[in-house]
Amino acid sequence: MTAALAVPVVLAPFLAAAVGLPLGRRLPPGIVAIAGTAVSAVLAIAVAVSSRPAETLARLTPTGGIAVTVGVRVGGLSATVAVMVTLVALAVQVYSVGYLRGDPRYPSYAALVSLFTAAMLTVVLSADLLLTYAGWEVMGVCSYFLIGHHWERPAASSAAVKSFLMTRFGDVGFLFGVFVLGTAAGSFRITDVLAAVPTMSHTTVLAAALLMVVGVVGKSAQFPLHSWLPDAMAGPAPVSALIHAATMVAAGVYLVALLFPVFLAAPLALDVLAVLAVVSMLGAALAAFASADLKRVLAYSTISQLSLMFAALAVGGRTAAIAHLVSHAAFKALLFLCAGAVITAVGGGLLTDLGGLRRAMPVTFATMTVGFAALAGFPPTSGFFSKDLVVAAAGHAASGEAALVTVAVAWLVAVAVLLTAGVTAAYATRAWLLTFFGTERPAREAGPVLTGPLLALAAPALLLGLAALRWPELRPEWGSALASVAVVVLGAGVVLARWRAAPGRDPADLLGRARPLLASAWHTDDLYERTVARAVTGLAERVVAVDDRVVGRAVTGSGRNAGRLGGLIRLSQNGNPQLYLTGLLAGVLLIAVGVVVLA
Amino acid sequence: MTVLLLVLPLLGCLAVLGLPPKRAAAFGVAVTSATLATALLMAATFDYHRSGFAQFSVNAPWIPLIDLRIHLGVDGISLPLVVLTALLCALCAGYLARPSGQPERPRALVALLLLTEVGMLGTFVALNLLLFFVFFEVVLVPMYAVIAGWGGQRRAAAARQFILYTLLGSGVLLVGLLLLYSRTSTMDMVVLVGRAGTGLSHGVQVLGFLLIAGGLAVKVPVWPLHSWLPDAHTQAPTVGSVLLAGVLLKMGTYGMVRIAVPMLPEGAVALAPALGALGVAGIVYAALACLAQRDLKRLIAFSSVGHMGFVLLGIATLTPVGINAALLGNIAHGLITGLLFFLVGGIAQRYGSTDIDRIGGGLLAKAPRLGSLLVFAAVASLGLPGLAGFWGEMLAMLSAFRPAGGLNPALYLVFLAVAGLGTVLTAAYFLVMLRRVAQGVVPPRWTAERFGDVTAREWVAWTPLLVLVLAIGLWPRIVLGVTDGAVRVLLRGG
Repeated sequence: MTAALAVPVVLAPFLAAAVGLPLGRRLPPGIVAIAGTAVSAVLAIAVAVSSRPAETLARLTPTGGIAVTVGVRVGGLSATVAVMVTLVALAVQVYSVGYLRGDPRYPSYAALVSLFTAAMLTVVLSADLLLTYAGWEVMGVCSYFLIGHHWERPAASSAAVKSFLMTRFGDVGFLFGVFVLGTAAGSFRITDVLAAVPTMSHTTVLAAALLMVVGVVGKSAQFPLHSWLPDAMAGPAPVSALIHAATMVAAGVYLVALLFPVFLAAPLALDVLAVLAVVSMLGAALAAFASADLKRVLAYSTISQLSLMFAALAVGGRTAAIAHLVSHAAFKALLFLCAGAVITAVGGGLLTDLGGLRRAMPVTFATMTVGFAALAGFPPTSGFFSKDLVVAAAGHAASGEAALVTVAVAWLVAVAVLLTAGVTAAYATRAWLLTFFGTERPAREAGPVLTGPLLALAAPALLLGLAALRWPELRPEWGSALASVAVVVLGAGVVLARWRAAPGRDPADLLGRARPLLASAWHTDDLYERTVARAVTGLAERVVAVDDRVVGRAVTGSGRNAGRLGGLIRLSQNGNPQLYLTGLLAGVLLIAVGVVVLA
Repeated sequence: MTVLLLVLPLLGCLAVLGLPPKRAAAFGVAVTSATLATALLMAATFDYHRSGFAQFSVNAPWIPLIDLRIHLGVDGISLPLVVLTALLCALCAGYLARPSGQPERPRALVALLLLTEVGMLGTFVALNLLLFFVFFEVVLVPMYAVIAGWGGQRRAAAARQFILYTLLGSGVLLVGLLLLYSRTSTMDMVVLVGRAGTGLSHGVQVLGFLLIAGGLAVKVPVWPLHSWLPDAHTQAPTVGSVLLAGVLLKMGTYGMVRIAVPMLPEGAVALAPALGALGVAGIVYAALACLAQRDLKRLIAFSSVGHMGFVLLGIATLTPVGINAALLGNIAHGLITGLLFFLVGGIAQRYGSTDIDRIGGGLLAKAPRLGSLLVFAAVASLGLPGLAGFWGEMLAMLSAFRPAGGLNPALYLVFLAVAGLGTVLTAAYFLVMLRRVAQGVVPPRWTAERFGDVTAREWVAWTPLLVLVLAIGLWPRIVLGVTDGAVRVLLRGG
């Protein structure tokens, strides 16, 4: 029953895409897309409520080896995440009708968002790792199309290419990881793979886990494959909300949680994941503090928040990671949609162009305040509770309880998580001040199609943590809660004090001369540009040059040699067969020549 | 029915010469459609439970002296290729018949097209080595004439290069086939597959494999024997390019799967690593060549070298998964690259050029449907899951993860890693191409120019490819379900 409900969860948005792509122009905007997503959301909730693990499978194709299956697999984790995905997607679809009003590309846009939703749900609900990979890749291409929505702008089209290539590099790692696991288990079914983990050799598990880390790092924009995400902000704001905050980048976290037994059997991979997460969370938080553009602040904050989840996973806090995944989806989608409302009202997202919108846009102000509070981790927002779970998990690991990673790494994680919490509060406060405070400016509040989804998302962003208190494992621990609140207050306080001292001035000036370095995330992009991109381009030009000259000339030469070789062959094949074949060939030649001459 | 498959286009080829030129194209459509109908009827009546065995067989002596028999049949390995060939030929004929682009000397072109079809179909249904070779050669001459007669500005050189190069390959192939014959005294492919190399010494097997696979390698084309291909594709008219990429290249890999691997298994084990190495080298080389390419047609041509690299990698693993991957990769490449060449032909017709800088971008704004189709085909070609290109490449890489016994697994892991890198580079050149052709603003030179979007006739020619790319992508069993049984029989030795 549960499985039967789960299949249409994936199919509904897929059908919406299939109908919307060719026919979208002739139908009222948004009808198909919203209907598809709504059906999916209702069914996803039904699946989550029935909450019994279930699986249904069919053979997709023989391969000559391990067959590929298609099917859904429902568990507590996947049901929760499916609800999260469909609800955020629904809010985004509704919002997009208003945000892209009058845009001639809206029909294909809505269909692509539907297709994207279907792909994400495939990742979440698939019962077969290869199917998961398929969804994983389709998300990548949808993201490519949607970032490149304004394809006439060079910045958008190059950001789209960059995002696809960087994530695809990771995807290759993921695919190879699937090969390792599938071959070792003799099946690509997730249930079979997880069951077979204890029987796999240590090398196999470690190789699989490390390959998965490569895939996850690419998709979730973690260091060193992080730099596509800030550029991806060239896409429309609702795309950023859905893809680059609440879902696609979250798929990496989901995957690690899903295949957690594999990682538990390979602690070294968790160490690697922890270190990458620590670098990403602090680096991205500082970059967010230094960024000059509202959406880029949010993009960097996404990288940083995802790192928090990975850190939680690395120290064994699977529940904490998922809790933060869900609350982050709510508040980050909210923040991006608010940013979209602000950008529509002001005409741009540069923080220097914003400010003083508090009175002009009261709904956006109120909801975005909730979003920033949740991002910063102020109680009693959802962000406070989920972040506290992460801090607590890191604390436990550092104190040596049930540590998966080495204690040194656990300490590193614990310190980094607290530091990041402080910087996060600082940059959230800064962005909030620069957007809504300072000199008042005239602007118009967004219409109800836009503010409706804002209010709808503000509720979970504010209340999710409180609502989750009924589950004991989601309740905060006092020690870690006090510590994190103290850091958060400190971080926000420094920025507030600076703002008081110098009203209207960007608190990022606190960074002094380090600011450009931080804003560019330590020039990692320049580095890639100068090494990888330049090397590949250079190599490509060399290949073309060589192919045109050397190989081409060799062939012209070989033409001459062919005659000689033909003579040799003739010598070795003297006799009747040769005659017959020559006759046959001559016949064909005659027909061909006759054709040309006669016509 | 197999005979009908060959006789229809052959008679059509002769008959079209007697028609008035105006009606030639329409007649071509009729003949190729009838052939396609025959192929589809075969597919419909094919016994899929016995896909490992030749069906619709014909076996009659022709020239007993050299054991040349008219031995024809279709099994799970050839059936998809037969249908693909008949389909692409019909679409090409339909494309020639469109009112906007009547070719010069239509009678001759249609006749040559039909003669090519005879050769291509014959290659796939032949079950006698010599007959296979004859059909293999039949294709060359009309294709040469198509390039030389209807090609671009530098057609003469390209056509000459094509024929010399491929004839050289054929010569080597013939020597290999005769070597096999001299040691087994039979040309019967079914018998030879059944024997699976028994009675052939190791040396003969290695030499035979080297000659046969080496000869076929020119046609595939295997890097570094590819250099006839970009010129031939660039200079050939659209239908020539479509058939070259869609069908002709498959004859090479088909020969490897059908002849070289099963008949000379020891030779295959000895030389497969070399084949795999050349395959993955081709993937990366072609991707790099495409990245810096300035001509759209040349870019698509080079992309074929890369895709065939995946097919070769699959074959080189000598596993059922790999061979299945190769066969599916063949079909997918035929559909997708056929579509790409059609689209580039459409672009060339509108812009009068295939130079990427001259087109200058903005195709999506200038002709949104044509642009969207180009995006679709490019995304399919870079192996997006859910579209046909994915399965061949993914399974080829999967097979490289676990190659057949006797092959060095560590070496194949290196191949796997290089191929994985190749998929990223492949995505890179397609996306860069899209950025420069489809996206961006329309350059001033074209803003005043008016040209239409996709015409009804073009839709007719392209929709079947579009649908099949999607269908095979979503439901790969359409092909794998047919090939799998046959591949297992083939590798087990009949």
